[in-house]
Amino acid sequence: MTTLETAMYDVQQVREDFPILSRRLAGDLPLVYLDSANTSQKPTAVIDAIEQHYRLHNANVARAMHQLGAEASEAFEDSRTRIAEFIGASQREEVVFTKNASEALNLVARVLGDGGRVGDGDEIVITEMEHHSNIVPWQLLCERTGATLRWFGVTDEGRLDLSNIDALITERTKVVSVTWVSNMLGTINPLDAIIAKAHQVGALVVVDGSQSVPQIPVDVAALGADFVAFTGHKMVGPTGIGVLWGRYDVLADLPPFLGGGEMIETVTMERSTFARPPARFEAGTPPIAQAVGLAAAADYLANIGMDQIAAHEQQITAYALSALQEIDGLTVVGPKDAVDRGGAISFTLDGVHPHDIAQLLDSRGVAVRAGHHCAKPAHLRFGVQATTRASFYLYTTTDEIDALVAALHHTKKYFGA
Amino acid sequence: MNIDAQNVDALYQEIILDHYKNPHGAGLRDPFEAEVHHVNPTCGDEITLRVHVDGSNVSDVSYDAQGCSISQASASVMNELLVGKDVDQALSVLEEFQALMQGKGKVEPDEDVLEDGIAFAGVAQFPARVKCALLSWMAFKDAVAQAISQEGNR
Repeated sequence: MTTLETAMYDVQQVREDFPILSRRLAGDLPLVYLDSANTSQKPTAVIDAIEQHYRLHNANVARAMHQLGAEASEAFEDSRTRIAEFIGASQREEVVFTKNASEALNLVARVLGDGGRVGDGDEIVITEMEHHSNIVPWQLLCERTGATLRWFGVTDEGRLDLSNIDALITERTKVVSVTWVSNMLGTINPLDAIIAKAHQVGALVVVDGSQSVPQIPVDVAALGADFVAFTGHKMVGPTGIGVLWGRYDVLADLPPFLGGGEMIETVTMERSTFARPPARFEAGTPPIAQAVGLAAAADYLANIGMDQIAAHEQQITAYALSALQEIDGLTVVGPKDAVDRGGAISFTLDGVHPHDIAQLLDSRGVAVRAGHHCAKPAHLRFGVQATTRASFYLYTTTDEIDALVAALHHTKKYFGA
Repeated sequence: MNIDAQNVDALYQEIILDHYKNPHGAGLRDPFEAEVHHVNPTCGDEITLRVHVDGSNVSDVSYDAQGCSISQASASVMNELLVGKDVDQALSVLEEFQALMQGKGKVEPDEDVLEDGIAFAGVAQFPARVKCALLSWMAFKDAVAQAISQEGNR
């Protein structure tokens, strides 16, 4: 069944939907874009939806008493509904628009503190493989409240070390925040065990879905977490918009994040009362055209099928893992086979620094990311300062992996490694 | 050879690769008046750098650096250029190097002042790498300022 499904997946046809993939780089080289975990490329459907919005429907939302205002408001709120459907939210009011995943995670950390859900002596548990955006907001919350931050470790293989879960998640734990798919190691984490344990002790669970919502079928209601944060630009949508999904009863109990227009019920000179979620957490003019673009992105992905996309990515990742590991001196940092693994592969190459690798690859038209990928603790865990990361998506081909491998051989020769 | 490959060769001059493979003056040494630790937050490159100022003379610049070929070679060239110079002279070489790096490829380097440092002229055309080349120099600037202010406090 799986083979039949993946055989039906036509990556060349998918590529035709992405205009940027046919552009040429300096020296008339084709673009080999292997940096989708950083940001994904955009299909015509998304570009057109944003353009159409600005050309025909542009107005501010929820406050303009004219036809354009009504159209823009409807488009914005309709986008919320479509995103809710895409992630399996049980009601559309659970979808809060933010500017990115970082803001979504900061929002949760801020309001949990302000709402008295985390205080002195409490504990927050995160993991060693988090992106900085799921570390720093919790460190700041601990500083504000006197709570303590505790960490799940990572095994040599690049998996979460759950062996001490009972010692880590205890009656003192108020929040467990964990990434679904690691942006550096590629690991897909076993959320069920963590969510069950956290809920057993009454802790809230926050999931960083930045790398999972774009790559695998997501059903937040079935997942059972309390919050899921993700960003638009990694799922073929525009920059400038992210999403915080939160269980409605939890959101309804929390205080506002930013103060301003649209988040109030009434304002007097003495005090204000606040709107219900999601408006309570969306002060000011929201990312309207971006929401329209994001809904078009969700429609585009859903139309291809998230199970198809996940299967394609699994195939490409397996192909890349085996091709890369044939290169002498190359070490994959993270799980070395394509089991419970997303499409991001970080690696080191003996004798060549990641920046120099990325520079040489770029000279061959191959775009990758080099550095710490905003995951310094994960790099420290593996004793490396930086890695090179190739990351894949629905439009990645095996030819592109071959181009990466050839460019890496060239790089080795160039630096005499 | 295509345009971009030529560009990479402009970046990775032979001199730079030589300094990268055989860095000059690497390692941390005593005595020193100031030690600083600088990082490039975007990529994680790091350097710990010490300066020993004897009177008005830069007697030693020692360092322990982790990073790419550009940042490593730059520290090596800096050591070669600045050790033995007057503090004022060293700072004017630094200014010249900084101007070259930030000149977007439009500044003509003076070989009499920058010696091997002219090999970095190509780096100025790669905005993402300018910080790599400047990391050790900015650390030196910071360290020497600290060393001098200590001197003044004595």
